[in-house]
Amino acid sequence: MTEPLLRLTGLTKAYPGVVANKDVSFEIQPGEVHALLGENGAGKSTLVKTIYGLVKPDSGTMTLEGTTFTPAEPRAARAAGVAMVFQHFSLFDAMNVAENIALGMENPPPQREIAAQVRKVSDQYGLPLDPDRIVGELSAGERQRVEIIRCLLQDPKLLIMDEPTSVLTPQEVAILFETLKQLSGEGTAILYISHKLEEIRTLCDNATVLRLGEVVGECDPKATSAREMAELMVGTKLHVPEKAAKPAGETVLALQALSAPAPHQFGTALRDITIDISKGEVLGIGGVAGNGQDELVAALSGEMRVAPDMVQFQGQPIGQLPPNARRKIGLLAAPEERMGHAAAPDMSLTENAIMTAMTRENLTTKGFLHWAKAKRFAEGVIKDFDVRTPGPANAARSLSGGNLQKFVIGREILQAPDVLVVNQPTWGVDASAAAAIRQALLDLAAKGAAVICISQDLDELMEISDRFAALNEGRLSAPRPAQGLTVEEIGLMLGGAHDMEVAHVDA
Amino acid sequence: MITLEKRPQPSRAWSLATPLLAVLLTMICGGLLFAALGKNPFETIRTIFLDPLFSEFAWFYRPQLLIKGAPLVLIAIGLSFGFRAGIWNIGAEGQYIVGAICGAAVGLAFYPTESFIIFPLMIIAGILGGTLWAMIPGILRVKFGTNEILVSLMLVYVAEQLMASMALGALRNPDGMGFPGSRNLSQYPSAANLEIIAGSGMHWGVVTALIAVILAYIALSRHIFGFNVRLAGQSPRAAKFAGVNPAAMILICMGLSGGLAGAAGLFEVAGPAGQVSIDFNVGYGFTAIIVAFLGRLHPVGILLAGGLMALTYIGGEIAQSNLGLPLAAIQLMQGMLLFFLLAVDVLTNYAVRFGRRQVA
Repeated sequence: MTEPLLRLTGLTKAYPGVVANKDVSFEIQPGEVHALLGENGAGKSTLVKTIYGLVKPDSGTMTLEGTTFTPAEPRAARAAGVAMVFQHFSLFDAMNVAENIALGMENPPPQREIAAQVRKVSDQYGLPLDPDRIVGELSAGERQRVEIIRCLLQDPKLLIMDEPTSVLTPQEVAILFETLKQLSGEGTAILYISHKLEEIRTLCDNATVLRLGEVVGECDPKATSAREMAELMVGTKLHVPEKAAKPAGETVLALQALSAPAPHQFGTALRDITIDISKGEVLGIGGVAGNGQDELVAALSGEMRVAPDMVQFQGQPIGQLPPNARRKIGLLAAPEERMGHAAAPDMSLTENAIMTAMTRENLTTKGFLHWAKAKRFAEGVIKDFDVRTPGPANAARSLSGGNLQKFVIGREILQAPDVLVVNQPTWGVDASAAAAIRQALLDLAAKGAAVICISQDLDELMEISDRFAALNEGRLSAPRPAQGLTVEEIGLMLGGAHDMEVAHVDA
Repeated sequence: MITLEKRPQPSRAWSLATPLLAVLLTMICGGLLFAALGKNPFETIRTIFLDPLFSEFAWFYRPQLLIKGAPLVLIAIGLSFGFRAGIWNIGAEGQYIVGAICGAAVGLAFYPTESFIIFPLMIIAGILGGTLWAMIPGILRVKFGTNEILVSLMLVYVAEQLMASMALGALRNPDGMGFPGSRNLSQYPSAANLEIIAGSGMHWGVVTALIAVILAYIALSRHIFGFNVRLAGQSPRAAKFAGVNPAAMILICMGLSGGLAGAAGLFEVAGPAGQVSIDFNVGYGFTAIIVAFLGRLHPVGILLAGGLMALTYIGGEIAQSNLGLPLAAIQLMQGMLLFFLLAVDVLTNYAVRFGRRQVA
């Protein structure tokens, strides 16, 4: 038996009121692709932050190649050969690829040299990337390549990847996996964090499952079913959303040649989107991030005004109505970014309930707030959607991502909308919470509401959608019945190869 | 080793305790400063913080407390809405001056007619003057995206020059034998902002400041406007999603702070100051920024902070005359107060941990 690359022994880290990691031990061999599984709040992030030197454990030891490993900061971890690609990119939009890479270096060589290195590494690993392009113009997949190449230039022994595929098209995922396999073949170990169990089954050699900060099991993902792994993560039987068949209803929302300029420099213009959405229908909209999702939600929620006829609600032109007027007639939305957009982090849950429910739940009279009523509404959301929090007086930022997402979605659903627009409803949410949210969306549709679900998770869209359409560079493809669509067809729709357009798939 | 850990949510206890801690630290460091200047630190601190209230001559100083505190509180209440919403009106001093000019001009225009309607008209003119002056940075920000901090600040200097030109020109007292300065409004009964109870210091500005505190409290805790102000300040994107119009929010907050600053200017020019003169403004508009933050942008806090600031003004004057302390030392101490407040503020959001060096 060879010496493992990294050995964790008894790692424990407690925060005030919560134990994030408790006696966590496992090993990673050189060249191994090791999956780290767990629900939100299971302690995955704390653990990888410990390895990357961002968090100091309260007790426990790490050894890297047989010697004690105690990184005081990420710089020390990088020097020891540990690199990490975060879920959220830390890139400057206004600078080019080479400049962004130079910023992360201790002693950056001249630009020309970096550019040459970037070209060399990107050729070597099949990750096409032009070092002179401005990051703001890159797709999410290309941005991720910048992060990966930044790591590869350090020649790491261990590469940590946090949810790397959440923003990629199936084709881009395939490219990424090829790269990772090549790296692993060269002896680089990869610690891979993902919620997507099928991916882990195809890619990983070993998996460690965390629950509530503790290691609850290890498994060979290739020999374990996704369902078994999910149940290991949550500790209970998994509830799979059920979709009832239903007849097509009458049109409730119609978009007619909806076009809008990009709201800011790195935004996307909406181009000529036309679609009818009927009562009781779930319309799934797929697409790679940055292809107009945020702008479409803004045009529907009322944050971005368009010509009146472009958005029609039950035959009425509403393109110029502000958000609260749209809520009043029954068009509700839940944007993608929870912290700071769908919810105000420093405000209590009661206040966050007032934020969007004030109009429909009659939480004000002549502008004066009914705090008791608002609190009851917030408590209702917490109870009905199983939001784990001590109470509605707690600040939104004290909730974990999944719990806050349940609150945000629940807040809109409990207002009984006629049309609900959700963007990435289960992004970063654990399996059981995601299933609950999807079920709630389906229940809402079963009661006759129309649901527009924008997501990058294709499995999710296939699970709940009646019809599927893809957003690409601000254009919406013609919708197709979701049943019977193959992954290849979806991939082509996402890549923009629908209708007569020429395929534009990188690499 | 000392580490800071972010609290899951802000600590209520600390948000109440930090202003007191800041005052205490200011007293300690101020004492050291005064000791370094060769004064007895205990005597100096006592002179500044206690003598205005409890000394032999306190009967003279206590009304002064209201006179100095009222404009500070009134301006700070207006500013607190903008500061909460993330709109930085630094030019309240200018709005205060323009409010005084406009209000005084209305009063002087009626001279020597006597009518009960004159004083209310002057108040309205003062509020309008301050509001309009604040609309300049407000509209520039909304239309052209200029920085309201710079524009409002620079307009203070414009307002100061306007004040000087008025004192020497249009509003100069025709019977003043060529001396700069307007007629004395406090000697013109219809236009005078007189004490409501003689000798108490309680003039109409004090009453208005107290009403403003109560209304601001209701608006912030019970009304959707206050809710939107807080939301816009904490999460601008969430506010937009909730239906708050950012441009309207900027104009309302600028207008509100400008209007109250203008009212404060009018009450000052018609009462304690008495006339439009070159040296009319003494920095209330700037000190009010400290008052607003010292009071944690909370109406009741602002009321207390305004009182405290007025105390240091008066105590500072006593210390200057009795102990020969330079004015700069007093101003330094007032600045220290804001400095310490901002510094200890970190305790509200972070817990301090005196940890052993971790193993790892």
